[in-house]
Amino acid sequence: MTVNERTSEFVDLQPEKAGNIQRMRDALSILLASKTATVGLVLVLFWVFVALFAPILTPYSPTEQDWMAPNQGPTWRHPLGTDELGRDLWSRLIYGARVVLVILPVSDRFWIPGGTAIWGVAVALLIGAALGLISGYRGGWLDEIIMRLLDAMMSIPVILLYLIIVAAIGASAVNVVIAMAIVGTPGIARLVRGLTLDIRTRDYIRAAETRGENTFFIMFAEILPNAKGPIIIDAMLRVGYAIFAMGTLGFLGLGLPPPSPDWGSMVAKGREFILAGSPWAALWPSIAIASLVVGLNLLADGLREETMRYQ
Amino acid sequence: MDSEADSGAILAVENLSIAYKTRKRLLAAAREVTFDVGPGQTIGIVGESGCGKSTVAFGIVNFLGTNGRITKGSVRFEGQELVGKSQKELNRLRGDRIAMVYQDPMAALNPTVRIGVQLYEVLTAHREIRKEEARARSVAMLRRVHMPDAEDMMNRYPHQLSGGQQQRVVIAMAMLNEPALLIMDEPTTALDVTVEAAVLDLVEDLKRDFDTGILFISHNLGVVARVSDHLCVMYAGEVVEKGPVGEIFHHPSHPYTRGLLKCVPKLGASKSASRLYPIPGRVPAPADRPIDECVFAPRCDYSTEKCTASRPDLFDAGDDHIARCFYAEKVKRAGGSPLPVQKKRSASKKPETREDGLSCKEDPLLDVENLKVYYEQESGSLKSLLGMGEEQFVRAVDNISICLSKGKTLGIVGESGCGKSTLVKGLIGLEEITDGEMVFLSMDVAEPVSKRNQVVIREMQMVFQNPDATLNPAYSVGRQIARPIRRFKTVKKEQVYGEVVRLLQSVRLGESYYNRYPRQLSGGEKQRVGIARALASRPDLVICDEPVSALDVSVQAAVLNLLLEIQKIFGTSLIFIAHDLSVVRFFSDDVAVMYLGQIMEMGPAETIYAPPYHPYTEALLSAVPVPDPDAEQKHIRLSGNVPSALNPPSGCRFHTRCPRRKLLPGNGKICEIEIPPWQEAAPGHHILCHIPLEVLNEFDAVIHAA
Repeated sequence: MTVNERTSEFVDLQPEKAGNIQRMRDALSILLASKTATVGLVLVLFWVFVALFAPILTPYSPTEQDWMAPNQGPTWRHPLGTDELGRDLWSRLIYGARVVLVILPVSDRFWIPGGTAIWGVAVALLIGAALGLISGYRGGWLDEIIMRLLDAMMSIPVILLYLIIVAAIGASAVNVVIAMAIVGTPGIARLVRGLTLDIRTRDYIRAAETRGENTFFIMFAEILPNAKGPIIIDAMLRVGYAIFAMGTLGFLGLGLPPPSPDWGSMVAKGREFILAGSPWAALWPSIAIASLVVGLNLLADGLREETMRYQ
Repeated sequence: MDSEADSGAILAVENLSIAYKTRKRLLAAAREVTFDVGPGQTIGIVGESGCGKSTVAFGIVNFLGTNGRITKGSVRFEGQELVGKSQKELNRLRGDRIAMVYQDPMAALNPTVRIGVQLYEVLTAHREIRKEEARARSVAMLRRVHMPDAEDMMNRYPHQLSGGQQQRVVIAMAMLNEPALLIMDEPTTALDVTVEAAVLDLVEDLKRDFDTGILFISHNLGVVARVSDHLCVMYAGEVVEKGPVGEIFHHPSHPYTRGLLKCVPKLGASKSASRLYPIPGRVPAPADRPIDECVFAPRCDYSTEKCTASRPDLFDAGDDHIARCFYAEKVKRAGGSPLPVQKKRSASKKPETREDGLSCKEDPLLDVENLKVYYEQESGSLKSLLGMGEEQFVRAVDNISICLSKGKTLGIVGESGCGKSTLVKGLIGLEEITDGEMVFLSMDVAEPVSKRNQVVIREMQMVFQNPDATLNPAYSVGRQIARPIRRFKTVKKEQVYGEVVRLLQSVRLGESYYNRYPRQLSGGEKQRVGIARALASRPDLVICDEPVSALDVSVQAAVLNLLLEIQKIFGTSLIFIAHDLSVVRFFSDDVAVMYLGQIMEMGPAETIYAPPYHPYTEALLSAVPVPDPDAEQKHIRLSGNVPSALNPPSGCRFHTRCPRRKLLPGNGKICEIEIPPWQEAAPGHHILCHIPLEVLNEFDAVIHAA
């Protein structure tokens, strides 16, 4: 991540490739040692896979309408059925996953890699970690001001905060990212501050201080790398919440503008036809949201348990 | 031995093997441990960390947790077999017939329950007894363990007691039901040396009165030498030697025991007259312990092919003394006290010819004058919130002057809370100093590290206490040593790797350590890396804050030797802080003794440890546990607690606890009123005391080696 690049001040003369591969292997073995984490990983990888290869996995575009076949159940032509406008649900579902996990549409033509939910959490992480580090390490009045401001933000109910922000700046993928970043920042800042308060009492921080290192170096090169374990696990859970939040916003009509495939708005539209005998349009995106969020939670929980035992 | 087990012993442990289940496999933590505890007898178990001492203690009462279990052997307590008993049956015994005292008294006492309630609960839980009677007996027991104001203590909460008092309460709790067996697991490790001495006295005392068998576990040879009758030396889960205490100290028959005795500096030994012999390597992890070889063979000087081919049987060295070694006979003949016997110092012996050790006339590197570090105390009262209250200060360091010449070592000793850590934090610039002058390399350095000149920072580095926290776990060893080199540009960029390797080699770690991470190192190795990092900027002064106190003794010796060697090669000056008086004596040229933020006595090391003493130094020395059961040691115990640094006593700070003030007219009235003068006992040896030197000179030496 961008933050970690700061640690390059610790540049090494000896390449550490072998060490990195070993560490990856260690991480994987930790993951696979836990059944919970493995199930979570499989669920998450499934959605990442279909999102990445969405254009190959379906012949239809997510916006292509078929007037002849609205509100169909699963058929050979449309494996998951169609919605009220005859759009292929499978294709809408995986293009929806794409928006969540793989691309962030900035405008109609232009998109950048990294899904909306991922970006939302990443931006929150960047701001939250910086604030938490400053608060925790510097302490004093700066800490008081930052934390009280964040407390004030946390006192507003999350959904309300989302609604206020998106209503104020308009509904688009980028604005959803901004809203998620604002909502996510206080929690991450609190977590990082807590970790910092613990880590800053360690002797290696004293050692860095007696070496005359500047505050910036101590915060980002000495403290942050040691806080990354809990931060990564927290970030996984937060991606789950962010997907949930995207679903909620979409459902309330504040997500991505139509006709782009959005799980929340798919549920909202499909809901009207459940009693009319075609529940498919609402069912699939609900399952998608649930499985992805549950998958991320399982992954984070399993990882946390396993790393604790590992220590 | 076995035949008498049923006759007299309270506890007979036979062939006890304990294993822990891990994710991979069953790990043996203790193997075929056999010993007996008779009534009124104290059995000491010594060994380094990870040798299975506590496992055995927990095994006896089956406190092994969910993953531990006894795989073999028997534990007979008063004739009944404990192995295989249900937890419910054991519960009836634990706390009643078998009592336990652990290392940390704060963790043994419930912080939210009054002392009195916790005490009489022990009685009411096990027998039908009226509450009033239970209470009365609790008070009596508190008196028995020499608690002042026993009645009042009953109503206090644990946090209102000092560490030593807490441990007394825990011991009182253990003794309430007059148990047949008392298991003490490192009961004094967390305590200061003077408090430790008092607690050990108490244990002796109780043993005499109650006829209780005691199983005493400690890593400290001095402590076990003081209290035990018999000794079991444990190594890597096995009892390697067992016998009467005197036998083991004078005729150790296992190389490990011999090694343990050789690697601790004796009190009074100095670096010029003696040396330490560390045991190479480290205790093998349970997974790496061989089953059919001698477990100690890889670290043993005596080992031959025979030792790795089969496991030695117990060798009977006579007098109830056995050792698990093929060469026990040979080791025993080699003798017990491998340290060169110190010539008895006469009090009149002149210290080395030095003009004036501490007033810094020649070649001063660091000159500190009247240093003060105060912390502002925020009281929670409304008055102080409104800014109307008086400002109160914790005088952590008050008016300290020290001086250090180039290439010398200054040792600072004192009990916890005496301000020695605050002093070094002030020196290194981590703590803002309130007042005073500090000149280092002829530069004024009386300011925090962030404002200091790069040169000053480079020339003054620090080694920390806790090996687990001294290195950043996120970076490899090489990177961490390279960082100060890069930062201070000690060498050209291309040479950094070579410089790191050179440093690694000078702390006896090879190039292969470059890419290792702290978690892959043992405590001693981490400490060496910490030393290498401190040396990386090629400083003139290295401050060592208890660099060996968290290490096992065999490793401690290696690190001390290393520091000595480095000092010889690089000519670095050292400030060495420790609470262990033997280590400080061994290591330092000059010693300063601190009490409550002030220096009480300072001078060349050899003068501090011989009369004339400051009364506080005398008390400290008489409390040091000496690893020699026959040594005669003066018995001076300080009463009361260390007063608060918030409101230090007037006059002499030590007057509230001074055992010698009655030597002065009017029972030392003057000590309460006037600050004592610095008296010069010998060139460079200063004592802050009212008692005239002639009187101080008449005191005997604290320790006479047998």
